[in-house]
Amino acid sequence: MNIGHEHFRRALQHTPFHDRIAALSATEDWTGWNGYKVARVVDKLSTEYFAVRSGCAVMDLTPMEKYRITGNGAREYLDRLVTRNISKLRPGRVTYVIWCNDEGKVIDDGTLFQLGEYDYRLCAQHHQLDWLLMSATGFDVHIETETHDVAALAVQGPTSCSVLTAAGFDKLDQLKPFGIVDLQCKGIPVTVSRTGFTGDLGYELWVKPEDALNLWDAVFDVRGLYDIHAMGLDALEMVRIEAGFIMPGFDFNTAESTIRNGHDRSPFEVGLGWVVNLDKGHFTGRKALLAENSRPARRRLTKIVIDGNKPVREAFLYDRKNGEQVGEVKCATWSPVLKANLALADIDCVNGKLPPKLWARLDYQRELKWHTAWAECHVQSKPFYNPEHRSATPPPRF
Amino acid sequence: MLLSANNYDVIVIGAGHNGLTNAAFLAKAGLHVLVVEKNSYTGGATASRELYDGWKYSNSSYVCSLFRPEIYNALDLGRHGLKVIPLTSSMTFKQDGDYFGSYHNPNVRRRELMRHSMRDADAAIRFDADIMRWCKLIRNFLLRTPPDPGSFRPRDAFEFAYLMKKFHELSESKIYEFIRFFTMSIAEYLENYFENETILAHYSGGSIIGTGLGVYSPGTAYVALHHAMGDVDGNIGAWGFARGGMGAVSGALASALQAHGGEIRTDAEVAKILVSGNRTTGVRLTSGEELSAKIVVSNLDAKRTFTQIMDESDLPPKLVERARNFKIRGSSGKLNIALDGMPTFSSLPKGSPLTLGHMHFTDTLTRLEKAYDDWKDDRWSTDPYCDVLIPSQYDPSLAPPGKHMMTVFVQYCPVAPEGGWSDDKRDQFGQTVIDQIADYSPDFKNLILHAEIRTPRELEAEIGLTEGNIFQGELTFDQLLFNRPFPGYAQYRGPVRNMYMCGSSTHPGGGVMGAPGANAAREILRDLKKPDTTPAAFSDD
Repeated sequence: MNIGHEHFRRALQHTPFHDRIAALSATEDWTGWNGYKVARVVDKLSTEYFAVRSGCAVMDLTPMEKYRITGNGAREYLDRLVTRNISKLRPGRVTYVIWCNDEGKVIDDGTLFQLGEYDYRLCAQHHQLDWLLMSATGFDVHIETETHDVAALAVQGPTSCSVLTAAGFDKLDQLKPFGIVDLQCKGIPVTVSRTGFTGDLGYELWVKPEDALNLWDAVFDVRGLYDIHAMGLDALEMVRIEAGFIMPGFDFNTAESTIRNGHDRSPFEVGLGWVVNLDKGHFTGRKALLAENSRPARRRLTKIVIDGNKPVREAFLYDRKNGEQVGEVKCATWSPVLKANLALADIDCVNGKLPPKLWARLDYQRELKWHTAWAECHVQSKPFYNPEHRSATPPPRF
Repeated sequence: MLLSANNYDVIVIGAGHNGLTNAAFLAKAGLHVLVVEKNSYTGGATASRELYDGWKYSNSSYVCSLFRPEIYNALDLGRHGLKVIPLTSSMTFKQDGDYFGSYHNPNVRRRELMRHSMRDADAAIRFDADIMRWCKLIRNFLLRTPPDPGSFRPRDAFEFAYLMKKFHELSESKIYEFIRFFTMSIAEYLENYFENETILAHYSGGSIIGTGLGVYSPGTAYVALHHAMGDVDGNIGAWGFARGGMGAVSGALASALQAHGGEIRTDAEVAKILVSGNRTTGVRLTSGEELSAKIVVSNLDAKRTFTQIMDESDLPPKLVERARNFKIRGSSGKLNIALDGMPTFSSLPKGSPLTLGHMHFTDTLTRLEKAYDDWKDDRWSTDPYCDVLIPSQYDPSLAPPGKHMMTVFVQYCPVAPEGGWSDDKRDQFGQTVIDQIADYSPDFKNLILHAEIRTPRELEAEIGLTEGNIFQGELTFDQLLFNRPFPGYAQYRGPVRNMYMCGSSTHPGGGVMGAPGANAAREILRDLKKPDTTPAAFSDD
């Protein structure tokens, strides 16, 4: 990545897709993501949301941190880094992983792509180069940031396979969830993975930055056949909560940036025990996690449905109306497909168990006047929304 | 013998910011307070003077961050005219024509780190979190009287327990790290995070300001924290300009003091603190005039207080010994420059915001250490570390429109070069600094209209800081917390009854915090059984 002296003139840089998104942006509603200017809403939030759930939504993922990990010791290194047993990962496959510090607290999560025998890409929520390099001591491995050298585009929604097929991606319908394939689209080499952060059918396309605009145009060229919308971060926030996906740094504090003791979280506390394989052999944080696993849980990031229709932003949770405070909402959305208030909440456990009853105190405004409402909450163990077509191979054709 | 008609409850010696803070809280409690000041102006090291027609210099201290917002609030300093404008960038020029800028915008700051080292950009997150954690811990103790760990009095036991409780709020591994931090050099500490030479040099600079230590000397890591623990409106680590110069800080304090009925006498230098029967009775001025008071508070540094304005025969011998050996080494110089226009810096693109903040010219740890080597040999650094600011870019009250005022803090400058200081040597020292800046700014020399050059000689002679040490004593662990200024005397009470200390020689030390003055006022009011007018610390959590 080549950064010139004049970079200060533009606090937020443009991604390789920026020109196209700017042309579609009716709202000019931009925000920063990893130093890039990205859309919160491109045109209309509900349109972008329903594009994911009913048609096809396209979102610029370029700012996501991407690390290339290569070398003879790459597998060994990654196995030591992440909590999950990745022995079944093969070239052409992706898996979800988290990694912890020595105290067994979550540093970040991400998707691990195996691109070749000794070649991996790790996509992360936060800046990880420092930790990845620190962890590389003693391993025959080469690590570099490729965030700014690879443009990434998410194409998500029930018609995404049909859209991409029409755009020129061949045999895409054979790609299984978490699979990776190298394809050509109108002469552009594109790496396609069947991955996403929406909980719907979807793909992520990885290209050289110089091919980004041509790729965008190839996808949007089929707009005459299918309804396609550029999507911003606000719609993504709605669908990722529906899918029950968590975001380190937003739903809980990441370990290495935590200042106050006890404000970081273990995988068990954020509901990610399922990606911790304590029996896989040694990995960073295992000793602490073994100890924690033998104790009753202290708290848990939990999916809850909040009764009623009052908008939820920040809210405290109680064990009964006007009772003891037992937790707090970390993120929430009204789900247009489920017609329900969905939230992820950090809840204190008693003897390792969540309280039997949960009530949320909701402060909300009506015509600038504040009101308070009490709403009962119901714990969910499964994703709030998980359609069958998400994992079908081949996906339904349109 | 002349005897003043006035009989004061309290006389505070020295109208620096801590003397004024102390006096203001005592006056607020209804005491009859007089501040005596040897100079014809108030402020001590927080003064702003017009030495060149139309330009106002902050002659000594030049930026404001550590001044406690609680004091600001409790003395209503905003209504007495104080405004602190945050400045949030800093930069280091490199010898190869490049530079490193720590920009105010976090995205730009990160990208600039990436421009120098991808890894360091990520390590900066860990560094910031760690420094913030130590800041949060330290800030708990700034507006509290240090406990005497050897005492069994309930209050000491309580304060010591508070200290340990805050300490134990860190996790086990962080406790170890904190102890390491306290004993490390800044260079070694930063090497735990950063690899880039320029970035290392940039973040090291603040740790040697005002100290007789080098970047590789143990203890300098803490000095970095001492400079980072302040904030401007919640921006931790940010420094700010007091509008009107640092004299605005002392001006607002003086105004608050007077609003509470306190008095200030300038051109009134104290020759002796009068003691009778192990109890202070007042002070004698150099004019021979004696002023009586129940309580005498010294805002002078501990060495000056006990070796110059008190009779050694009035003091415990061990204390005199401690005072003589108090580590208060002069190591800094200062230039204040009136400029005919805004200087340009060759390597900065036009419109770069980096001239708005701190500018430095030392781009390697080796150069920083060599600057220190010169000082150890009683020479001023031939390649000094300079902290340069041009506050007139923000503050219209400092220079005429289109003209500018530059403040240059210089590390290192010896207490006395071989053969002692002369005006000629002082000017040579100034020229060394001007030449360094001119290496990066071709039009700089031509813009100079006037320069005030201050070596430790001038700082001591004018402000009365022993050896010109800006902190009234080194900020090393042997002289911090319950060891500041000396073990057994950290609670602001002097060795004779009714005598107190309120200067930066006492906890929590220098840096224009006002905290020593407020803490001393609290102890005095406690001894007098008066209601406490000093503020409790704001809590972050």
